[in-house]
Amino acid sequence: MKDQSNIRFRITKDIIFKGFIVLFSVLSGIPLIVILYFIIKNGISAINWEFITSLPKPVGEPGGGVLNAIIGTIILIVISSIISVPIGIFAGIYLAENKQGKVPYFVRLCVEVLQGVPSIVIGIIVYAWVVMPLKSPSALSGGIALGIMMLPVIIRSTEETIRLIPNSLREASLALGVPYFRTILKVILPAGISGISTGILLSVARIAGETAPLLFTAFGSNFMNWNILKPIASLPLVIFNYATSPYEEWITLAWGTSFVLVVLVLGLNLLAKIVARKWKVQF
Amino acid sequence: MESPVLRIENFYAYFGDNCVLKNVNLSIPKNKATAIMGPSGCGKTTLIRCINRMHELTLGATVSGKIYLLDEDIYATNPIIVRRKIGMVFQRPNPFPTMSIYDNVIAGYKLNGIKIAKNELEKIVEESLRKAALWDEVKDFLHRKGSFLSGGQQQRLCLARALAMRPEIILLDEPTSALDPKSTASIEELITELVDYVTIIIVTHNTAQAARISDFTAFMYLGELIEFGPTEKMFTVPKDKRTEEYLGGKFG
Repeated sequence: MKDQSNIRFRITKDIIFKGFIVLFSVLSGIPLIVILYFIIKNGISAINWEFITSLPKPVGEPGGGVLNAIIGTIILIVISSIISVPIGIFAGIYLAENKQGKVPYFVRLCVEVLQGVPSIVIGIIVYAWVVMPLKSPSALSGGIALGIMMLPVIIRSTEETIRLIPNSLREASLALGVPYFRTILKVILPAGISGISTGILLSVARIAGETAPLLFTAFGSNFMNWNILKPIASLPLVIFNYATSPYEEWITLAWGTSFVLVVLVLGLNLLAKIVARKWKVQF
Repeated sequence: MESPVLRIENFYAYFGDNCVLKNVNLSIPKNKATAIMGPSGCGKTTLIRCINRMHELTLGATVSGKIYLLDEDIYATNPIIVRRKIGMVFQRPNPFPTMSIYDNVIAGYKLNGIKIAKNELEKIVEESLRKAALWDEVKDFLHRKGSFLSGGQQQRLCLARALAMRPEIILLDEPTSALDPKSTASIEELITELVDYVTIIIVTHNTAQAARISDFTAFMYLGELIEFGPTEKMFTVPKDKRTEEYLGGKFG
């Protein structure tokens, strides 16, 4: 009889435990749903064709859009990707191919620390390095700051992807007399393309919403700007400026801009998922 | 014996301080199948990985002694050149997953950036796939990826890939150990046919397989080459007691 009640007690514990697991899992999804709800509720009214195709208007005038910020964010993403994607992929390959040794250890440590550096600090550093010598905030300096933030993500995802590629594939290529660098470029990289591009897309999604490092680097601008040596607008900076302003219509614009930014970031995440599945290589 | 295609002289191989091949001397006859057999850990895989200089890719792996491919010292030649002349097929089939069947066969040319006219390439693909007895099975979907092929077909594709480089020697490292009996039989049959074009060195821990397909057999034990000779002779009148015991199933 004692055994019987013991088992019943265990089953009850089991049910309670499972209940908590489900409860907490559901709870973790709630913040995102709430965020989406508020952004859609407040932002959707600001969204119309004019909003995404025209430039901002002075205070008091109705209408106006954030085209300059959309273009600015795209330019910043392009600059930061040009800087960080090649460096990140090569560093990732290096770390994956060299598991031991002092240099890989040092590089790996640097990547980990870099990932933990607050974004505002990166902004200040780039301000000192790039903005001061050039004597002006610019899209270039903003792109450099964001590129530095992308680096650790790309390096780690590349490293992890390439480590998962079976050694037999490398040997297949080397045994055909293919030099090492060609093996890497033509066999290993194509086999890891899904993981590497997923990492790049996720890193872009991460920096698309960064504000702090842009405050002193890209600085923001109310005009359309194609010159990468001039200050440039970006979506998170516009949100920051509008949301902290006292004008009612600007706050609405901030919600609208948030909506655009969230759609952009969610879209990138979705794209990353699709790429990961579509380009997956079966070994 | 006619002039050997490969001569191994006073050869030692190490992993760090661990000596895994001890004073191996061996002459591999041309256009014959030579089997290297022995229990696990006897150094047979290390030996063939030394022949195409794959051994040195492992961290801390070193060698001493000489290996000559037709009088050319392979340890004085660039490993890239050596590997183009000595092809290899591995334990597990490893076709390139990102490439079509066609591209897999000519991977040795494509990856090395060797430029060849298209009709010449097509000839190489057909010839190699025919030699690997795979042509009839794949000729209608040459430009599809090879991932839908069975394990045996994939292994024959890897064999075709090695043959396409027109090597002097093909090394097979237990090529059937991951395959079912039917695929194994087809690969074995293939090997006996291929010796017309190329010298075969096959590592196996399956003595019956060595007996079925090889002309010559080398028996290795604990890093040493114990005995080498015509397969028939070794399996009927082995010279060394250890060979006799191994063939009799006393160990290994």
